[in-house]
Amino acid sequence: MAGSASGALAAADRNRPGQHTWMHSIVRWLFIGVSLTFLAAVLLAPLATVFAMALAKGVPAYLHTFADPDTTAAIRLTLITALIVVPVNTVFGLAAAWAIAKFEFRGKSVLITLIDLPLAVSPVISGMVFVLLFGMHGWFGVWLQEHDLSIVFALPGIVLATMFVTFPYVARELIPLMQQLGNDEEEAAITLGAGGWMTFFRVTLPKVRWGLVYGMVLCNARAMGEFGAVSVVSGHIRGLTNTMPLHIEILYNEYNFVGAFAVASLLTLLACLTLIVKTLVERTGYRRR
Amino acid sequence: MSFKQPSILPGFGLTFGFTTAFLSTIVLLPLAALVAAGTSMHWSDFLHVVASPRALGSYRLSFGASLLAASINVVFGFIIAWTLVRYEFPGRKIIDALIDMPFALPTAVSGIALTTVFAQNGWIGRYLEPLGVKVAYTWLGVTLALTLISMPFAVRAVQPALLEVQRELEDAAETLGAGRFYVFRRIILPTVLPALLTGFTLAFARAVGEYGSVIFIAGNIPMKTEITPLLIVIHLEEFDYHGAAALGLVMLAISFVVLLAINLLQAWGRRRHVRAAR
Repeated sequence: MAGSASGALAAADRNRPGQHTWMHSIVRWLFIGVSLTFLAAVLLAPLATVFAMALAKGVPAYLHTFADPDTTAAIRLTLITALIVVPVNTVFGLAAAWAIAKFEFRGKSVLITLIDLPLAVSPVISGMVFVLLFGMHGWFGVWLQEHDLSIVFALPGIVLATMFVTFPYVARELIPLMQQLGNDEEEAAITLGAGGWMTFFRVTLPKVRWGLVYGMVLCNARAMGEFGAVSVVSGHIRGLTNTMPLHIEILYNEYNFVGAFAVASLLTLLACLTLIVKTLVERTGYRRR
Repeated sequence: MSFKQPSILPGFGLTFGFTTAFLSTIVLLPLAALVAAGTSMHWSDFLHVVASPRALGSYRLSFGASLLAASINVVFGFIIAWTLVRYEFPGRKIIDALIDMPFALPTAVSGIALTTVFAQNGWIGRYLEPLGVKVAYTWLGVTLALTLISMPFAVRAVQPALLEVQRELEDAAETLGAGRFYVFRRIILPTVLPALLTGFTLAFARAVGEYGSVIFIAGNIPMKTEITPLLIVIHLEEFDYHGAAALGLVMLAISFVVLLAINLLQAWGRRRHVRAAR
C-alpha cells in the first residue's frame, strides 16, 4: 500500500541534517523496538504457535489429521462454498462497479453505503438473519418444511451467510479503481462502434484486472475463513455441515490440539498466500485508493 | 433533475438492476427480517431481554474491551506506522506486508493461537504467570484478541496521513528553534489527528462485533467474560429467536451510529485537508 513511497521517504531521511544526533538515534531505535516487540507478541508468536503445535507430535501425526474423513469433508465443504461464493460476488462486484463508476445517478452514495453495510455488521448477526428468514420459526420456515427443503443447517445456508459476509469485497476494490481510471477509453470504444460487451471485455476488464484479482483473493480468504456467521447457520453436523474453521473449533474443544492446529496451519498458509498475492499485485503499480 | 444523467455508455439498466436486486436479496431482505423480528416484540419483552443483568454485563465487556483495544491500537498503530514510514531497517517491507495478516487470517485460527501463546504454560503466558497476570480466560484476553484483529485498521489509517506530513514545515519549525516534541505536538499531531480518529473508530467497529477469535480466549463466564455476540448465539441455540433479534438490533443500531461517525470524521478530515492545501 504505502510500500515504495514510504521506502523512498525513509531513504531520503538519512541524508537530512540533524538526523545523526544521539537523541535521534535513541528515538529511532525505541520506535523500531516497540513496534517489533508489539508485533512479535500479538502477531508473530501466534503464527509460529500454529505450526509448532501442528507439528508437536511429528510429521506422521500431522498428516494423520488429513486421513480423517471428517477433516476431508470439512475441507471439501469449504472449497465448495468458496467456489460458489467467490464467482457470484465477483459478477456482482463487476456489475456494481460498472453501474457506480460509469454513470451519475441520484442516491449513488446511499447505494455505496448499503454495499459496505455487511462490513459493519457483526458476523453473528450476518448468520442470524438467515436463521430468522429460513429457520424453523422464520418467515419462510413453514413453507420450506412443507416442500421438504432445508436452507439453515445445510449447504445453502452456509453459502448464503458466507455470501453476505464477503459481499462488498470485490465491489470495494473495483469501484474506486474504475472511478479513478475514468470513462474516456470506454467512450472512445463505443464511438468507434464496439458493442457494450466487447467494450467491457476488451477495454475495461484488462484495465482493472489487478484490482479484480486482489478483490477476488480477499473475498476468497474471508469466504474460506469465515467463522461467526457460518457457525450460526451450520448446525455443526460432523462430516456434513462443518467447514474448516468450524472443524478447528470442534477438534480444539475435544483437546485434539494437533488436529486443530493442523487444519489451522492450512488456513494460515492460505492467509500467507493471500498476502503474497497482495504484495505482488501492489508491485504491478496498482494501488488502493 | 432526472434520475440518471445521460451517457453514451450502455449497460446501466442491466448492471444497476442486477446490483440493486442482488443487494436487496442477499443483504437488505435478511436485515429487514432482523428488524421485523426485533420490533414485533412487545416493548416490555424487548426491554426484559436487552436490559437484563446478563445483557448489561455483556455490553460492559464488549464495549469496554473494544474501547480499550481501539485505544491501544491508536498508540501502537501510530508508533508502527511512524516506524514504517520514517525509518529504514532490515525486514521493513516484510513487516509492512505482515500488518494485514489479521485481515487474512481466519478468526478461529487467531483465537486458538492466541489462547495457546497466552495460556499459563504458553510461550508468553508462562512469563506473565509469576507476575500474577492472567491473560487467557479473563477480560485481558478478550482485549488482547480484539487488539490483534483490529490492529491493521489503525496502522493503515495513519500510514497515508503520515506520508502527507509536510517535512518542510518540520524543518522550518526546527530552524526557528522548536524542539522535537513541540514539532510533534503542533505539526505532526494536527495533521494525523483525523486519521487517528478514523483508525480508532474503524478498529472499534470491527472489535465490537468480533466473535471467532474471542470465544476461545474469553472463558465465556456469564457476567464476567461473555461478549454480546456470544449471548446472541446462546439465545439462538435455545431457539429464542426474538431474544437474539432484540440483542442483534441493539448491536445493529450501534454499528449504524459508528458508521455515521466514520463518515462524519472522514468528511471532517477532507475539509481540513482542503483548507490546509489552500
